[in-house]
Amino acid sequence: MSNNITLQQQILDQQVKLVATLELRSLQKTFDRTRVIHDASLTVEHGEFVVFVGPSGCGKSTLLRLIAGLDTLTGGSVLIDGQEVNAISAADRGCAMVFQSYALYPHMTVYANMAFGLENAKVPRADIDRKVNEAATMLRLDHLLQRRPTQLSGGQRQRVAIGRAIVRNPKIFLFDEPLSNLDAELRVSMRTELRDMHHRLGATMIYVTHDQVEAMTMADKIVVLREGRIEQIGTPEALYKRPCNMFVAGFIGSPRMNLIPASALASSVAMARVLPPNTEHVGVRPEHWSLCEPGQGVSITIRASEYLGAQRLIHAELPDHTRVELLINDDIELTPGSVNAIKAEALHIHAFDANGHRIEETVA
Amino acid sequence: MSVMTFLLRTRGTRRLHWTDVLCYLYLSLGVVVMFAPVLWLVMSSLKSEAALAQFPPTFLPYTQKSIIVPGNDKPLPLFSVTTDDGQHKVMAQVSRIGIMATLVDPAAPETRVKVNINQREPINELNFAWNNFKDLFDKFTFGTYLWNSVFITVVATALTLLFNSMAAFALSKYQFKGQKTVFLLIIATLMIPPTIILVPVFLVINQVGLLNSLWGVILPAVATPTGVFLLRQYMLTIPDELLEAARMDHASEWRIYWRIVLPLSAPALAVLAIFSVMWRWNDFLLPLIVLSKNESFTLQLALNSFQGELNTQWHYLLAMTVITLLPITLVFAFLQRHITTGIASAGVK
Repeated sequence: MSNNITLQQQILDQQVKLVATLELRSLQKTFDRTRVIHDASLTVEHGEFVVFVGPSGCGKSTLLRLIAGLDTLTGGSVLIDGQEVNAISAADRGCAMVFQSYALYPHMTVYANMAFGLENAKVPRADIDRKVNEAATMLRLDHLLQRRPTQLSGGQRQRVAIGRAIVRNPKIFLFDEPLSNLDAELRVSMRTELRDMHHRLGATMIYVTHDQVEAMTMADKIVVLREGRIEQIGTPEALYKRPCNMFVAGFIGSPRMNLIPASALASSVAMARVLPPNTEHVGVRPEHWSLCEPGQGVSITIRASEYLGAQRLIHAELPDHTRVELLINDDIELTPGSVNAIKAEALHIHAFDANGHRIEETVA
Repeated sequence: MSVMTFLLRTRGTRRLHWTDVLCYLYLSLGVVVMFAPVLWLVMSSLKSEAALAQFPPTFLPYTQKSIIVPGNDKPLPLFSVTTDDGQHKVMAQVSRIGIMATLVDPAAPETRVKVNINQREPINELNFAWNNFKDLFDKFTFGTYLWNSVFITVVATALTLLFNSMAAFALSKYQFKGQKTVFLLIIATLMIPPTIILVPVFLVINQVGLLNSLWGVILPAVATPTGVFLLRQYMLTIPDELLEAARMDHASEWRIYWRIVLPLSAPALAVLAIFSVMWRWNDFLLPLIVLSKNESFTLQLALNSFQGELNTQWHYLLAMTVITLLPITLVFAFLQRHITTGIASAGVK
């Protein structure tokens, strides 16, 4: 009941800037003896846009549902604003969630969909009306309020789902792959719209996606997950420039980073960076290669070339047939079969040890 | 127009394909087999008592014409008489003894003629005996029976929908220990014929003091395994995400059930409602043992009581049967689409 009242106050008092921090302390989740989340710890500051990214089945959605309170945790704790909410129901945590399938109530109009949460919180009619209309105007849904979800396009449904979250003025917005059902063009425009919305509302948002491009373009902070473990947390830039292990290195960035066995690079002399002795793999992003005079870099044989517009993606092979990819300007033409040499700057050469961990460059 | 094109669809575009002929023959046969008895019943219910006893029976409700002849208290039946000289004459019959009938010409009531009964033909006219229906309400407490039946059907159906949907909601949307067991137990009761538990049911109703009360008929059969099964299967198809969204929207479990799950199960609820109406309206056994007083009879019981040991008032019985059939027919006519789509989507027969 008291939660009800606080929620009501939050909804009524829009002037109050919501401050919401989130903390996960060694979160664990087990389904039927299968552990899906191992010891996830994370701090989200107020107003941050955090993206959980990882391949399918990595537990990112589960993590989101644990935060929402839709699944119960097996171990650890979730703290919202410093308060443990493990025992608090999903309704009372003050989070709003946008589902992948949007989960709009099909038998209700757009207006009723958006008003449902407020009705449940016993908000006065007039306030519901005002808030729904405000949100509808903001999301350009005002002319669709009397329609049913089935009469809307994918993008419109998406916006209704977001509107349903907005009207409740939640502390934290949770998005579960909200753009995956949209076509490519719409996805890009919704991406910017969501970013704009984040700036306008200044709310804490957690966003789950399997698309690393989405993660890179939207996030303040990215959390990379694999098999229920957090691999790395950092800004998009940090993840791109200093991936902490081979998984993150391969996952973030498109096209993928070249991960070349150190042994394949016969002459490390050709590399601009002196590789540490325990280097097992060397990572260089395709866009960081540049062509050079033979003998000054790694020699490659061109296999195929894909024209991408401004750039060309070249598939090539090292002398020992290890495949490498490189992005070069489109004005350079490389004929398949020809032999060339490539190099990369020391800054762009990542070294990984036998366990796949990054070996930091020792400051000489 | 569309109905006609639908009804007259053929396989071949121009000429009738032989399968069309076969198909229409088969379908016509089906129509006759299905509808002839019902049609016969409806026509018979409109016959007077005398017309019902006529042999050979006629399809249309014919009654003999009658006329008031001065000098006779009652109207006399009219006959067409073939006189010995081959003339046809319309005469009224005063009396009949053996094979000889005494007739009178309505125009000249004084002269009576004796004629062999083979020489006369009754003059019939089409006469719908609407009184059969009217009398039901006037002479008998038919209104009470109708009300009892309607009350039981409506209240029981409403309760059945409510309780079964609540059970189905729990069984389909909550994970708990023994969920499967409970469901199987409910389904298992389908294997027990209702006649077997009739005596225990009677004892319980008696103990609770619901004998001769309509509630004694309503309550024992409110929870039906068929209903729970049907609704559960349908509710399984409602995505859990909707419920989760509602939970995030601060909805209580009751509100989730009432505002989300129930409206979305409407097709399955419609099917169950139709089934329940049919079960309740046609139910005979349970009312028979629970209700023994005339004023608490349902239509079905009243129908039964019309069939006396010594004589049966067929004309009333038939009229009552027609009225008894009406609600179910109407339910089917208007909800047919729901029944088929609902049954198809619920995946049960």
